[in-house]
Amino acid sequence: MVEGEKQIISELATAFVAPMTVNREKFQFQRFSRLNRVLHILMIVSFISLALTGLTIKFSYTGWAVILSHLLGGFESAGYIHRFFAVVMVSVFITHIVDITRMKKKEYKTWRALIFSPGSMMFNKKDVSDIIGTLKWFVGKGERPQYGRWTYWEKFDYFAVFWGILVIGSTGVTLWFPELLTNIIPGWVINVATIIHSDEALLATGFIFTVHFFNTHLRPEKFPMDIVIFSGRTPLEEYKIDRPAEYEELVEKGELEKYLVEPYPQIVVRSIKVFGWAALLTGFGIVVWIIYAMIFAYR
Amino acid sequence: MSKHLYIFLLGCLSFVFPAAASAQDNSDCLGCHEDKTLTRKVGGKEISVFVDQKKLSSSVHAGNKCIDCHVDLKDSDFPHKENVDRAQCTSCHQAENKDYTESLHGKASAKGDKLAPVCQSCHGSHEILPVKDSKSAVAPLQIPYVCGSCHHEGSPVQVQRHIPQSNILENYTESIHGEALLKKGLVVAATCVSCHSAHRILPHTDPRSSIARKNIAGTCTKCHAGIENVHRKIIRGELWEKEAHVLPACVDCHQPHKVRNVYYEQGMADQDCLRCHGKKELKAADSRSMFVNYSELAGSRHTKVACSQCHTSVNPSKLRPCEGITAKVDCSSCHAEIGDEYKTSIHGQLFAKNDPNAPACSDCHGSHGVLGKKDPKSSTFAINIPVLCAKCHREGKKAAVRYTGTEHNIIERYTESIHGKGLMKSGMTVTATCADCHTAHHELPHTDPASSVNRKNVSATCGQCHFGIQEQFDKSVHSPLVTKTDKELPACNDCHTAHTIRRTDQDAFKLTIMNQCGRCHAEIAKTYFDTYHGKVSQLGYTKTAKCYDCHGSHDILPVTDPNSHLSHQNVVKTCQKCHAGANRQFAGYFTHATHHDPNKYPWLYWTFFGMTGLLIGTFVFAGVHTLLWLPRSLQYRKELKKKLSGESEHPKS
Repeated sequence: MVEGEKQIISELATAFVAPMTVNREKFQFQRFSRLNRVLHILMIVSFISLALTGLTIKFSYTGWAVILSHLLGGFESAGYIHRFFAVVMVSVFITHIVDITRMKKKEYKTWRALIFSPGSMMFNKKDVSDIIGTLKWFVGKGERPQYGRWTYWEKFDYFAVFWGILVIGSTGVTLWFPELLTNIIPGWVINVATIIHSDEALLATGFIFTVHFFNTHLRPEKFPMDIVIFSGRTPLEEYKIDRPAEYEELVEKGELEKYLVEPYPQIVVRSIKVFGWAALLTGFGIVVWIIYAMIFAYR
Repeated sequence: MSKHLYIFLLGCLSFVFPAAASAQDNSDCLGCHEDKTLTRKVGGKEISVFVDQKKLSSSVHAGNKCIDCHVDLKDSDFPHKENVDRAQCTSCHQAENKDYTESLHGKASAKGDKLAPVCQSCHGSHEILPVKDSKSAVAPLQIPYVCGSCHHEGSPVQVQRHIPQSNILENYTESIHGEALLKKGLVVAATCVSCHSAHRILPHTDPRSSIARKNIAGTCTKCHAGIENVHRKIIRGELWEKEAHVLPACVDCHQPHKVRNVYYEQGMADQDCLRCHGKKELKAADSRSMFVNYSELAGSRHTKVACSQCHTSVNPSKLRPCEGITAKVDCSSCHAEIGDEYKTSIHGQLFAKNDPNAPACSDCHGSHGVLGKKDPKSSTFAINIPVLCAKCHREGKKAAVRYTGTEHNIIERYTESIHGKGLMKSGMTVTATCADCHTAHHELPHTDPASSVNRKNVSATCGQCHFGIQEQFDKSVHSPLVTKTDKELPACNDCHTAHTIRRTDQDAFKLTIMNQCGRCHAEIAKTYFDTYHGKVSQLGYTKTAKCYDCHGSHDILPVTDPNSHLSHQNVVKTCQKCHAGANRQFAGYFTHATHHDPNKYPWLYWTFFGMTGLLIGTFVFAGVHTLLWLPRSLQYRKELKKKLSGESEHPKS
């Protein structure tokens, strides 16, 4: 244990829980702001809703699609739900952009500074070495890399959303207003937009419900679920091991205490888990449906 | 005509040159009139005024003097006056003359009608013989010729005077009376005068006439005295004569002059049959009941038809007249056209083969209680037809078990169809019943080209009611009139089915129709299902474009046809039916797009190709990453546990 850390803990212990034995588990490290957590929850809700309503059309030849479509109140109702959550998702995206812009103003002044800051989502040199390190680790030729604030796969997921919103969003608008847009574009573009919208959505759902789920929840050290995206906080020990680079940097800077918070009460954690499970199981269900539709019922 | 005139002139001119002035003996007259060359000029023609003394002396008037008849020449001087009156019969034949003057002939003659017959016209002049003499001009055998001389077809009388009957002579000659008289020489057979009387011939409209409606029975019974034995029902006492206005007269069945011997010859009366068949306990050898409920017959369409008219082989000369009956009733003896139709139908063909399952007339129409198809109680009334046909054609029944085609549960399906519901639930008798499509008597399997439900006849059959649709269809690309091809073209039933026929505005129909089109247009249907329209309908919703929304339903034309719903000038309008804001470019959307055809749809093909590449690439990359990660992660989990437990111990210590 490094010197700085000991100092911080003892200070904290004095400040907050002076009369009691210092309980390190009392404090957790906050990784996500309240806004980001809310946005992610909205993202989950809208993403799953969009996936379910959209896939009823894509896989209309499966019995499940027929049942689901009727449960949703018919294809028109499903269409309204789909467009409503499309608006929600785009709003989430815009809110995030606004949030970044605000952050830039407050903390970084310029975009360049923001993008190249250590906590940035932008790929950097460390990611290259991390990827190489990870691959070495995978094949048993090295230690687990010292991951920082964001790992490269998290950055990949993050930019995948940008790509997805852009591609699915733009084609979605085309399909939403074909009569208006064909004043500018030829009719066959609608066909092209349909293919792109549909296949990109398949990519997104397939990727999120398998790769993203594995990366964040299902990999053995997090199994069955990492609730940090909902609670925003993670046990300090776990954090230290998981993100050693960032941890050490914070300790060095003496900023660690800024991120230490009390854990949520049990009831909140339990609620989060219920929501998490619901999202996870829905995602798995969709994956099963996709596999069934693509492989067993495809025509 | 010429014959009359001759007789008439002969009568007149016999006395143009009377014999001696005052003696007035026959010899005085014959003095001149014995001369065979004696002639007189009438209208520029030389007419003989010779009197054959031989004939005169052997005639019925042999004992009479010339002047007894030629009364105007009595006491006249010789040579007598030029214009001699006609010889008169009245002084002796007063009664006959009275009748004659009242008759049509007499009245016409009094009016100066040149066509009207006088005594001599029928009886002749100097050579008149007794009626009973077979050589008489008015002997029974001669009567038809005598009357026929004026009343044959085309004669001036028939043409110029109002005679309600035609072909009188011909018809009479062929009638049972004429045949008996002329062919068999039966002189007691009725001749013209037997019915019309000899001298008092009156029109049938005259109540005094022998052929007036109320007198006919009396006239006929002069000969047919025992007729009531075979006409009991009609006569029953004296009803026949007393209520002539409600009861049939002889001529209603036995037309005047055409008294045929076909049906009526044997003269079996229903009452004779009912003597036995009116008994409820009457049974045939095979214990079938032979009881005939006469009240049933009385309420039927055949209420005026006698037993023997249907059961034709009865023979009244036998003690048991029905003894000779071996064949079933043949309705076609009256219903000839229907009988011919039936014989060519599958029912009739099977019947001819003695197939025990074949339905005969009575199986559908009943027997003694047969009712018209307009009677709601009739088994052939529109509403009852499905029930009637179901007797054999319901699943498991005798016709259904023989059937090897694809139509099953037809009765149930018909009942649920729009026609069946219209008929049986809404009581619409104009809706199509079995018989409307399959015909009533000419049912044939659909494979038979003559069948009303044969592929090439279906549109005409449906068009009997759905005329406007047939009109559209006949102009469409699906009509054999338009498209000449070896391939099978769709008929109405291919889309609407044969018996299940649904309401076309209901979802069940709308959704199946795409599969119907897809049966022939397989490729194009598949590509439809790749589009939003197809996918939504696949989910079971109809509020999206289906085949017929764009292509039309009965008026489908090739897109190259300017009248097609999808022609260049119409396609935008067609899109606008659903997409109000559709424009020319909007109509460029591929409604049958497939991303599998790089030549036809390169953009779609390469987009799909690219997207699939992206998908596979991403998943392969991420999959490999994940799979490599998994074993490491498992290992790491163990290390982590150890580490965490070690660390958590630390502060406690």
